[in-house]
Amino acid sequence: MSPAAIVGIGELAPQRYSSGATTLSMIARAALEATRDAGLAREDIDGLLVGPQVGETPQHVPATVAEYLGLHPTMANVVDLGGASGAGMAWRAAAAIQAGMCQTVLCVLGNINERGRVPRSPNRNPIREFDVPFGASGANTSYAFLAQRHLAEYGTTSAQLATAVVAQRENAQLNPKAVFHGTPLTVEEVLASPFVVEPLRLLEIVMPCAGAAAFIVTSAERARDLRHRPVLLSGAGEKVTHRAMSQAPSLTSGPLKAAIDSAYRQSGTGAQDMDLLQLYDCYSIVIALTLEDAGVCPVGESGPWMAENDLTWRGPKPLNTHGGQLSFGQADLAGGMSHIVEAVHQLRHEAGERQVADARTALVTGNGATLSEATALVLQREDS
Amino acid sequence: MTREQTTPSYPPPTPTAVSAPFWEAAQERRLAYQRCADCAQAVFPPRAHCPHCWSESLTWQESTGHGTIASFTVAHRPGHPAFAELAPFVLALIDVQDGFRLLSRLTTNPEEGLAVSAPVRVVWESSGDWTLPLFELITVDGGP
Repeated sequence: MSPAAIVGIGELAPQRYSSGATTLSMIARAALEATRDAGLAREDIDGLLVGPQVGETPQHVPATVAEYLGLHPTMANVVDLGGASGAGMAWRAAAAIQAGMCQTVLCVLGNINERGRVPRSPNRNPIREFDVPFGASGANTSYAFLAQRHLAEYGTTSAQLATAVVAQRENAQLNPKAVFHGTPLTVEEVLASPFVVEPLRLLEIVMPCAGAAAFIVTSAERARDLRHRPVLLSGAGEKVTHRAMSQAPSLTSGPLKAAIDSAYRQSGTGAQDMDLLQLYDCYSIVIALTLEDAGVCPVGESGPWMAENDLTWRGPKPLNTHGGQLSFGQADLAGGMSHIVEAVHQLRHEAGERQVADARTALVTGNGATLSEATALVLQREDS
Repeated sequence: MTREQTTPSYPPPTPTAVSAPFWEAAQERRLAYQRCADCAQAVFPPRAHCPHCWSESLTWQESTGHGTIASFTVAHRPGHPAFAELAPFVLALIDVQDGFRLLSRLTTNPEEGLAVSAPVRVVWESSGDWTLPLFELITVDGGP
């Protein structure tokens, strides 16, 4: 991959509910912050990647966002990979730059979440036809199937799964932007929260929020003239295998394995080289499965591994130092961008109290739909 | 007993031109699935093309309706409000003997025996205009 770098980041603090905001206004606030963080101006942005569901406009999303921001991009596209959209944008931006389509790409995601609004997607066959009539709506059921299978196959326990959630919550206590900043959590509290879909309990499941995030990608060469030390995109990988959980090739491993392997290969790194793990976390079980797919621990052993290792910012394998979506908040698709934004903070060495000592290399993953859309990035601090 | 006006009805199946034979068979309490005439693999959900070899020669077959649980969940807070009164209920991924996997609901919440790999068989349930393939555990002595 031609060297590209993330040179600017912007992120709104997730809010449980929004009011008086539009999706476009939230997207714009994050975009402005990222552009200014890079030391760039509106005229410098000539590429635009957006998500598929800007509230006000289901179609023509890139043109709508471009018009709102006064951009005239020479490359504009939608990345529709659910929670993997943010990571998917990073390598697409690099590829577009390498292809000569543009020089500097704004990648942005966000959404509102108004109280009382019941999110209900339009008809989505074949899931609508073959899952919903039986009582399976939304993502929770699919991840419960994955969790139950892991418990049955490997003897993983709910208490072990809860340890990762609790470690991330501890990290969030050092992140004022996190929705659960100021609200510590214990394993006992996770296990005392009500079942939503057994074996998953309420506090193992991500909480929908409002918010937005953005980052700017440009060539590594141009990056060196900008404000911050560049964070290089050293490797990336992606894989998409299915849509409905019933069609997944495996219930104990996902397409993340191939995506992460590709990112390792491209960057010449491996699990042992990671100073920071920014792993997509919509449910506790996804952290466990990703640790195994990433080769951080052996297959089937994520339960005991999580329980025995310190996963906080101060431990040997820091996990989701911003709190993860489970504690930072999942602002719709922007939740999957939060892992990237935090990796940039850490690799710039500007993460404040939760800074991982001498962080140089980070693994970032994104996961969409039913463990079916996977993107992985290896990000590295450029040597001085 | 009158039905609560505020209780939304179950979301019905949404057949397409390609999947219609599955639901027509279900009305007759037959579990239909497709098998590729070229590569012999089972195909579900219904398609016009085999995802294994891209053949268009898919044939409709009748399943035994027997299988095992690949995984399951007891749903306490279902995603669709229509199912709130039914909760808690068991949803499962079923590996049907004929070589395909589908998602369904168990007819009851078993007090024992609910496990990955547990054997199950189809049980038909009619609701309104539709008949759905639900499943039940096959107990050791041949069942309830």
